[in-house]
Amino acid sequence: MASVKMPQLGESITEGTISKWLKQPGDQVKKYEALVEVITDKVNAEVPAPLAGVLKEIKVKEGTTVTVGTEIAVIEETAVASSQAPTPTLPRERGREHEPAAIPEEGQIGQAFSSAPAEQPQGSQSAEGRTRLSPAVRALIEEHRITDAELGRIEGSGVGGRISKKDVEDFIGRRAQPVAANGEQRQAAVTAPGPGTETRVPLTPMRRAIASNMQKSKQTIPHAWTVAEVDMTNVVRFRHQVKDSFKQRESVDLTFVPIIVKAVVEGLKAVPVLNASWSDDGVVLHKDINIGVAVAVDDGLIVPVVHQADRMSIAGLAKSIDDLARRARATKLTIPDVQGATFTVNNPGTFGTILSYSIIAPPQAGILAMDSIVKRPVVLDGDAIAIRSMMNLCLSFDHRVLDGVSAARFLQGVRRWLEGFSDQIPLY
Amino acid sequence: MAVKTYIEAIREGMDEEMARDKSVFLIGEDVGQRGGVFLASDGLYKKYGEDRVIDSPLAESCIVGVAIGAAVNGMRPIAEIQFADFIAPAMNQIIEEAARFCYRTAGDFNLPMVIRAPWGGGVHGALYHSQSIEATFAHIPGLKVVAPGTPADAKGLLKAAVRDPDPVLYLEHKRAYRLVKGEVPAGDGVVPIGKADVKREGKDLSLIAYGLMLTYCLEVAEKLAAEGVSAEVLDLRTIKPIDQAAIIATAKKTGKVLVVHEDNRFAGIAAEVSAIIMENAFDALDAPVMRLTGPDVPAMPFNHVLEEAFMPNPEKILAKAKELAAY
Repeated sequence: MASVKMPQLGESITEGTISKWLKQPGDQVKKYEALVEVITDKVNAEVPAPLAGVLKEIKVKEGTTVTVGTEIAVIEETAVASSQAPTPTLPRERGREHEPAAIPEEGQIGQAFSSAPAEQPQGSQSAEGRTRLSPAVRALIEEHRITDAELGRIEGSGVGGRISKKDVEDFIGRRAQPVAANGEQRQAAVTAPGPGTETRVPLTPMRRAIASNMQKSKQTIPHAWTVAEVDMTNVVRFRHQVKDSFKQRESVDLTFVPIIVKAVVEGLKAVPVLNASWSDDGVVLHKDINIGVAVAVDDGLIVPVVHQADRMSIAGLAKSIDDLARRARATKLTIPDVQGATFTVNNPGTFGTILSYSIIAPPQAGILAMDSIVKRPVVLDGDAIAIRSMMNLCLSFDHRVLDGVSAARFLQGVRRWLEGFSDQIPLY
Repeated sequence: MAVKTYIEAIREGMDEEMARDKSVFLIGEDVGQRGGVFLASDGLYKKYGEDRVIDSPLAESCIVGVAIGAAVNGMRPIAEIQFADFIAPAMNQIIEEAARFCYRTAGDFNLPMVIRAPWGGGVHGALYHSQSIEATFAHIPGLKVVAPGTPADAKGLLKAAVRDPDPVLYLEHKRAYRLVKGEVPAGDGVVPIGKADVKREGKDLSLIAYGLMLTYCLEVAEKLAAEGVSAEVLDLRTIKPIDQAAIIATAKKTGKVLVVHEDNRFAGIAAEVSAIIMENAFDALDAPVMRLTGPDVPAMPFNHVLEEAFMPNPEKILAKAKELAAY
């Protein structure tokens, strides 16, 4: 028997949700054949079977979220496999059990982050030390979506500190109440709107992942925010000139995004401390520039990554971003597609915003929002007033990693690159 | 409603059924002139005569064999085994004939008969007057086994047993005869075979019992309530066919179950109840199903200290229930 465990599908990923079992108990599975779809941080990944055999047991139901390393299934090696072996009837050695499911190749991304400190999955250590949870308790945890962290806060009143059903029910009761520190708040709870005046939208795994990441980011990263105003007139003109021929040649639209990403890459080259991650042992500077590009999808947001964006031309970026966005909307992204971003570009401007305060995606040190490009009267050098296409670039950065000076330097770099745009800048 | 003892309720049940249906008759050792060794049939001989209340030889195989013959010919016999301990000589008749008759004849014949057997211990009856036999007979397909715990159920189940088309082993607890009193509804009050009864609602844990142990469990539930533990008490009433739905329902409700019986532990009714819960309510369990039963020793000892050691009693049940509550 070999156990299949929830793989670690990324450096900061501590848990995964079983999306769909592609095999059912009793099914034959080939080695490396897709066994189960797992949703982790905003992505669907297929976990391959670690060996050939028969799927004996599914331990984690669809829709359930478990921490990395949790046993999710058991596979029994087929007799066929061993009879094909040259030495057929060797007694099975103890401890010959197979290792957990092979992790999809991480390749360069993994290496890019090899110097980053491995994150300790929060709560998993305390969970190990806890006594067993009864089926009733497990059912309650699942039903009420109690997180590991919350579970850690429940005091067990049972034998040996075991968490009983009653303990969980009490906790759920407490959780449902607003914190009743004083009588006033208790009163508020009593006069809260009755049933029928509100509906509860169940949390999708994506909603959960976003919530957890945003919360973690805001709680751990001291955000600082700064804005630069950029004259995009040259870029707008250039794009207007070439976009039709570009579309004809490349079959993808030349949007502002790849141009901005190019500018960001140039900016990061000039200010490498923004292409970095905070760690308690020191700031980790990343050699590759991998740009996450936020893509709105039906029920949330996905940030696929343009890897080694510093080695790409504007045309290359356009194609890469178009491909990622297309696959994001079709939920066809792979794990590497969403891993390893060192900086993120967000484009709320498409929705008409003029100032955006984005939340940094850990372990990155910054995120840049491009807001709407609008025509405004602008005073030029020599005090002339002209109509120019203006855009705000809003940068959120991790103030532990860098200071305002570096951040401003980065923004100025991006701004200058964009404002100095001409047809001399190669598309390819 | 009148308060009656357990044995009065049984007597009344027999009386009413004999009055209602002329095919009902009673046969057993000393059931006639003597009125039964426990006086369960006291007065019936006088009322219905020697043709309907028959004193049999001291031969259990004969008592059951006669009942089978009568039943197959359209009568509705109530065969009394003086003590359940003495049922062994009739086992061949009960298992090989009575239990299988309907099946063997592909449903052409039914045996509408009742075998009453005073059972259980705690009455200083020693080896031959204290045994529990329910697991042995519940194992046999074709037999129904009932074990009422209250006077109302005793009367109601007796009536149901008499009217049932198949052989029913009716177990009446000797210690309950005069110890257990309760209101018995006037009128027919038939209690359906195969239906358990929640005798007390609770939410923290479930006590499942039957016969005398029901009385003990209700007593324990009261004590638990005083300590802030809300215990539900499920009275199985019928051991076979067992009320799976009721067992599953209470297990799902409380997540903690203690099954109590006086019969030996190994392969006892508690084991079956436990398996039903595992198979159907596992996800609701908050603790392993626990059992408090008689030990696996050959018989109930005469020595009073040892008898006490054998019998589950309220103190032992309370201690076990607390263990379950604290789990």
